[in-house]
Amino acid sequence: MSAPYLFWALLFIVIPIALVIYYSLCTEVDGRMLFSWENYKRAFEPIYIRVMWRSVLLALISTLACILAGYPVAYIMASKEYSSKNLLLFLFLVPMWMNFLLRTYSWLTILEKNGLINTLLAFLGLPKLNILYSDKAVVLGMVYNFLPFMILPIYSVLKKMDQSLIEAAQDLGADSKTVFLRLILPMSMPGVISGITMVFMPAVTTFIISDLLGGAQFMLIGNLIEQQFLKVNNWNFGSALSVILMFLIIASVSIFSMVDKNNDEGALF
Amino acid sequence: MSEMEHLIELVGVDKVFGQTSVLNNINFFIRRNEFLTLLGPSGCGKTTTLRIIGGFDYPTRGDLIFEGKSILKLPPHKRKVNTVFQKYALFPNMNVMENIAFGLRIKKVSQSAIDAKVSSMLKLVNLSGYGKRHITSLSGGQQQRVAIARALVNEPQVLLLDEPLGALDLKLRKEMQIELKNMQRELGITFIYVTHDQEEALTMSDTIAVMNAGEIQQIGKPEDIYNEPKNAFVANFIGESNILEGTMLRDCCVAFAGKKFDCVDKGFNRNEAVDVVIRPEDIAIVPPSEANLTGLVKNVTFKGVHYEMLIEGEDYLWKVHSTVMSPSSSIVGMSIAPDLIHVMRKKSSSSSGYACYIYSEEPEMLQANSQLNAVCAE
Repeated sequence: MSAPYLFWALLFIVIPIALVIYYSLCTEVDGRMLFSWENYKRAFEPIYIRVMWRSVLLALISTLACILAGYPVAYIMASKEYSSKNLLLFLFLVPMWMNFLLRTYSWLTILEKNGLINTLLAFLGLPKLNILYSDKAVVLGMVYNFLPFMILPIYSVLKKMDQSLIEAAQDLGADSKTVFLRLILPMSMPGVISGITMVFMPAVTTFIISDLLGGAQFMLIGNLIEQQFLKVNNWNFGSALSVILMFLIIASVSIFSMVDKNNDEGALF
Repeated sequence: MSEMEHLIELVGVDKVFGQTSVLNNINFFIRRNEFLTLLGPSGCGKTTTLRIIGGFDYPTRGDLIFEGKSILKLPPHKRKVNTVFQKYALFPNMNVMENIAFGLRIKKVSQSAIDAKVSSMLKLVNLSGYGKRHITSLSGGQQQRVAIARALVNEPQVLLLDEPLGALDLKLRKEMQIELKNMQRELGITFIYVTHDQEEALTMSDTIAVMNAGEIQQIGKPEDIYNEPKNAFVANFIGESNILEGTMLRDCCVAFAGKKFDCVDKGFNRNEAVDVVIRPEDIAIVPPSEANLTGLVKNVTFKGVHYEMLIEGEDYLWKVHSTVMSPSSSIVGMSIAPDLIHVMRKKSSSSSGYACYIYSEEPEMLQANSQLNAVCAE
């Protein structure tokens, strides 16, 4: 029964990961691959630790921003009274059907020195805003690109919520604030956790957003890996960084899931 | 009867959902400490009536009076009523104790008082020691009792119960009926209870309001509703009935099934077409020679306390309950005492909707009746 699955898993999961791990544990000497911990030792040099820390920090900031921006939207869409929810959902999904690169490029023209925002600010006689090629622009790009991944899981959990539970809470004397804090928010946590995982993972690994909006010198772990593979042609060090990133993600996702261990339905892990 | 005795009063309440009228001119009141049951088939509007009292639905027209004041504008969390929901609606993110304490915590009751109240409430519903249990680990009956405890712990003036025993098996349901009735007596709380189960309504209620198609058909004590149903719908819904078309020949004399019978009903027009209702247990099986009515026993079913027999008369299939069995295919006589014949007007003012009710039409009967002599033989 499980033979096709095992084959599939072997082909697409085990072999690629094994290859990456193999590369990460070797150094190339005179065209021959020799076992060594050298790549991992190098990855933990301060300069690379700083890059990793920055990647995690920016991804966390973006995830938090996505929660703050996404939860209210999901809540409004899931509420019974809101009639044009399908239109709103559609509007949030439409950009996702457009090319990722194109969407990110468009922010360049919006944010650049003589771009849309600064033209508008100048027109109003306000000082120019210079956030392009900075952390702010990268976070903005991440939030813009990954926001739907936060909204959708929260929306689906809120939409499934039993209306009679809310009525029961009101019946027992809870005003709307109490209903939200004691009932709706705790019960929507599985959706929030899913959203966190779905936003945090791409945000911590991205290299296109940081490349375009952060500028050429901007370095996140994704850019570092890309550089090792495509520019420096050091697959071994790139693989070691990938493995470390993988463990970083597994660790953070398990922390998120632990927070949510009482309420595991709907969560991704 | 003073105004204060009317704890809750519904005045001319209509409810329209979109194009559908769900409630039509509902008027009734509930006295303090009364156990009132709203009884009716599904879709008759009984749950909507309860939701209007709870504050979850707003009537299209009419008013809701609580202790002499309109509370229509009051949101649910400010009303002095608590609800036991049909599917219990227990909070899945909290354990039993936290569920019961929910209302008390909102009222900022001290922790020691909460502990004391919750544990005495758990004792009342026979769930001592279950406080730390997770909601999902409880059986249906236990969940139902947690739902009752969660509502009662707030000491509401009125408890609204929406088919709370619907999901339980028969034995547990019977036990809970008695437990609920005892609780209501001991705590002195007004209960408004919604059910479609007529036996449950008869067992528990002080007053029953029978509803159908968004209208109240009859309000009264269980005995009165059972013994003196106001129309054919009530007669058919409360208990089993033989319902026949008849003609009121004069006071105390009615014709149906091609025969004339003495009865105790008065005040009808001469030869007015009526519905005649006879309970299956009110028909006595007698030797055919001594009886006004005879029939062929078609089917006999043992029901525990009695036998249910279907007896084919001339143009009506009678349902008869008797502790003595008459064998199938035998000819029997049926006798009905005058006070057990219930005569009802065809179109009583509050029975415009017979939507859920179908009874056999016997047009030939009416012709036969009109030819009868206007004097009862006996």
